[in-house]
Amino acid sequence: MLVLSGVSRRFGEVAALDDISLELGNEQVLCLVGQSGCGKSTLLRAIAGIERLDNGTISIDNTIVSGGDAFVEPEHRRVGFMFQDYALFPHLTVRQNVGFGLHLLSRRHREERVADVLGRIGIEALADRYPHMLSGGEQQRVALARALAPQPRLLLMDEPFSNLDRGLRDRVRQETLSLVRDLRMTAVVVTHDPEEALAIGDMVALMQKGRLVEVGTGARIYDAPWTAYAARFFSRMNVIPAQLNGKFLETPLGRFAAPALEGVPTVLLRPQSIHLSPVGISAWVVERLILGEIEQLLVSVSGMHEPLIIRGTGRHDVRPGDEVFVSVDESKLMIFPQDAAQLGTVTSFNNLEAF
Amino acid sequence: MTISLWAVVAFAAAALALLPIIAIAATAVADTGDLWGHIVQFVLPQASWNTLVLLAGTGLIATFVGTGAAWIVSAYDFRGRAFLEWALLLPLAVPTYIMAYAYLDILNPLGPVQGVLRWVLGYSSPRQFRLPDIRAMWGAILVFGFVLYPYVYLTARAMFLTQAANVTEVACVLGVPRSGIFWRVALPLARPAIAVGVSLALMEVLNDVGASQFLGVRTLTATVYTTWVVRTDLAGASQIALSMLAIVLAVLMLERWARRNQRYAAAAQNARQMQRQRLRGHSAVLAFALGLAPIAIGFAGPALYLVVAAIRRIEFAGFSSSLLRATLNTVSVSAIATLAILSVGFAVAYVARIHAARWSATAMRLASIGYAVPGTVLAIGILVPVAAVDRTLGSAWHAWTGLPGGLLLLGSGAALVYAYSARFMAISVGGIEAGLSRIPPAYDHASRTLGHPAIGTLLRVHLPLSRSSLTAAGLLVFVDCMKELPATLLLRPLNFESLATLLYGEAARGTYEDAALAALIIVAIGILPVILLAKTSRTFR
Repeated sequence: MLVLSGVSRRFGEVAALDDISLELGNEQVLCLVGQSGCGKSTLLRAIAGIERLDNGTISIDNTIVSGGDAFVEPEHRRVGFMFQDYALFPHLTVRQNVGFGLHLLSRRHREERVADVLGRIGIEALADRYPHMLSGGEQQRVALARALAPQPRLLLMDEPFSNLDRGLRDRVRQETLSLVRDLRMTAVVVTHDPEEALAIGDMVALMQKGRLVEVGTGARIYDAPWTAYAARFFSRMNVIPAQLNGKFLETPLGRFAAPALEGVPTVLLRPQSIHLSPVGISAWVVERLILGEIEQLLVSVSGMHEPLIIRGTGRHDVRPGDEVFVSVDESKLMIFPQDAAQLGTVTSFNNLEAF
Repeated sequence: MTISLWAVVAFAAAALALLPIIAIAATAVADTGDLWGHIVQFVLPQASWNTLVLLAGTGLIATFVGTGAAWIVSAYDFRGRAFLEWALLLPLAVPTYIMAYAYLDILNPLGPVQGVLRWVLGYSSPRQFRLPDIRAMWGAILVFGFVLYPYVYLTARAMFLTQAANVTEVACVLGVPRSGIFWRVALPLARPAIAVGVSLALMEVLNDVGASQFLGVRTLTATVYTTWVVRTDLAGASQIALSMLAIVLAVLMLERWARRNQRYAAAAQNARQMQRQRLRGHSAVLAFALGLAPIAIGFAGPALYLVVAAIRRIEFAGFSSSLLRATLNTVSVSAIATLAILSVGFAVAYVARIHAARWSATAMRLASIGYAVPGTVLAIGILVPVAAVDRTLGSAWHAWTGLPGGLLLLGSGAALVYAYSARFMAISVGGIEAGLSRIPPAYDHASRTLGHPAIGTLLRVHLPLSRSSLTAAGLLVFVDCMKELPATLLLRPLNFESLATLLYGEAARGTYEDAALAALIIVAIGILPVILLAKTSRTFR
């Protein structure tokens, strides 16, 4: 349905989109995720036709809409777009906003369609209000209604939930997605929130500095990431210093079997893959934090610069300075070829819910 | 990239704004004639000196009055302060030539002021006692200073309001006495703002042709005018006009410099207001009187005089048909010009929005260039190409039909609309651009993805959302067109009188008939944008 191939766009010296290729099937929901400035919004705007390409092609339903000599203006793409700050027209009522894209329909059909969409989203009561009279959640629903009303073949949403506060966000997200599924829409959703990305998409595409890092289902990309960048983007990781010694990895946490690799590998381990045990590697408690259901321990291990993070649902009655023993679930060890350059740029993921 | 119709309009507007300036330079260089030597020797030195003295004097008065008034209403609180705050803007409604016109009569030896003085002092005849004649340089300086001080008042007050709070408090803590704060803290900080105001006031002085003529001060502007009207020497007029543009450039550079400095001075600004010092008793009365004086001189005096004179005139002769015709002329030409200026201004500002690039920004700046060019200079610059076009069209018409050809552009008033457009385009472009910049680009994109092409987006999103900025710009432009004297004098069709030219003609002839009524109409309509300004400067605060 949507095919991107070799899509590139530069802004001066910065490559906002760098050779991106991607395919999305009918009725699938793709989530574009990455840190701010990674190019995900630019990609969304390029699909909508608000942004032009320097190279590559974008096609929708087997027709090239951007690329080469072809450029279909945004008004002719039949693509719905939901903006981060909703961009509701302040001089129009909710009804007029939702009907804005229906100017080609007859008056009667337009009114029917608006009523239908308002009803489906459950905002009939707001029809005659102006945007400034609406709460954030209501504005979000109106923006969704407006984007859906012309029955686009593709729905694009730019950070659609980021302006809502936490409690509201989960509910609105769930409602929005179930509506998208009901309508059998194909959709691309942009978010900076890793947890949201995993929750929303049939497919998740992780971007970094204009490049596509990894594409896959949420489960695959979380459980078995292909890159250290993806692993560290979607969850908090302990970085374990390691040396390759023949077929083994020598680490401060012990010696592990190593896959065939060259050079210095990057070894990552989730905090929940480490446990306190009666015997194991000796360590000293630095800090103990109770984060509700989760208990987090920071322990220092000789040979490691950073304390090791351990998380679990159990409780351990330990104090800073106590000696403990830790053991590692070897099957959960993630070993990647060296990509130190990328490691430095990840801001640690620090979100309990994704645990 | 396809060059859109919009781009063509933007570049045409820029070219039309530049044309008069190029025409002046070309004419000045092309033909010197015999008169140039005479002009350089006898006219230019005196006129330049007069202009510089007038600029300096007006600048000084406007600075004193404007800054002082701004400080009084920002630093002190007293009964009547809120009234003064907006009323101090009122002189903006009075064009310089009406101010001069009114004071010529008010201060006439047989006028009310000198009459009262003689009565108080016990004299019976003007021969025994009279004040010095206002028709002199000092008179012109006072007249200009007291009618143009609001430019300084506006910018200085904005600075005092936004900036003084934190800095004055620090100064107090550091032991600077309250009275010293003005000289040691507030004034130095407000200097760039004051300079911006002064430069705007000086541009008005350079634009004026009526007041300086009424008051007998031969400025460069007046010389340009007489060189063309009396001697019909276009080359000579262009040469003087060119030398005036040098002074304009200097004033512009002052403005630019001041704005740059204002930006960095504004970096320290704080949203909090300065705590006003409460005045009571004598000091409150004194503060109110000090604030009231510029209003009395710059607005209330002349306005009252005009009302009285107008009532007398109506009792004596009614509302004459020539005055009615002048009013209709003024309103219709101003309305047509306003429409043209708003449409072109919108196009220029809109191009800069949808094609954000260096060329569109340049076109926008060039189209606005006329705001600094004095009306007389602009009119001379327009006269050259327009007359050439008219001659060509006329002879073509004659060759084709055998009938005598008329002056199409000058005769129809098209040249006048052109002059107004070139001169006031900046107000329209600036206002509309500011309005458009408040519309987030996401609105454009939302409209496009909802199936509306660029033109539909313009009609359904941008125009409705620009309504208030269009209205404000339209009001300002309309009133400025209505007040404009020099360009109207030089470019109007034969036998066409506007309110301003009617007043000018009567004052020049010394026949005080319908002029007071014409002036009163101009001032009354001129109050509308002042109200608008008072409102917006209040919300700004």
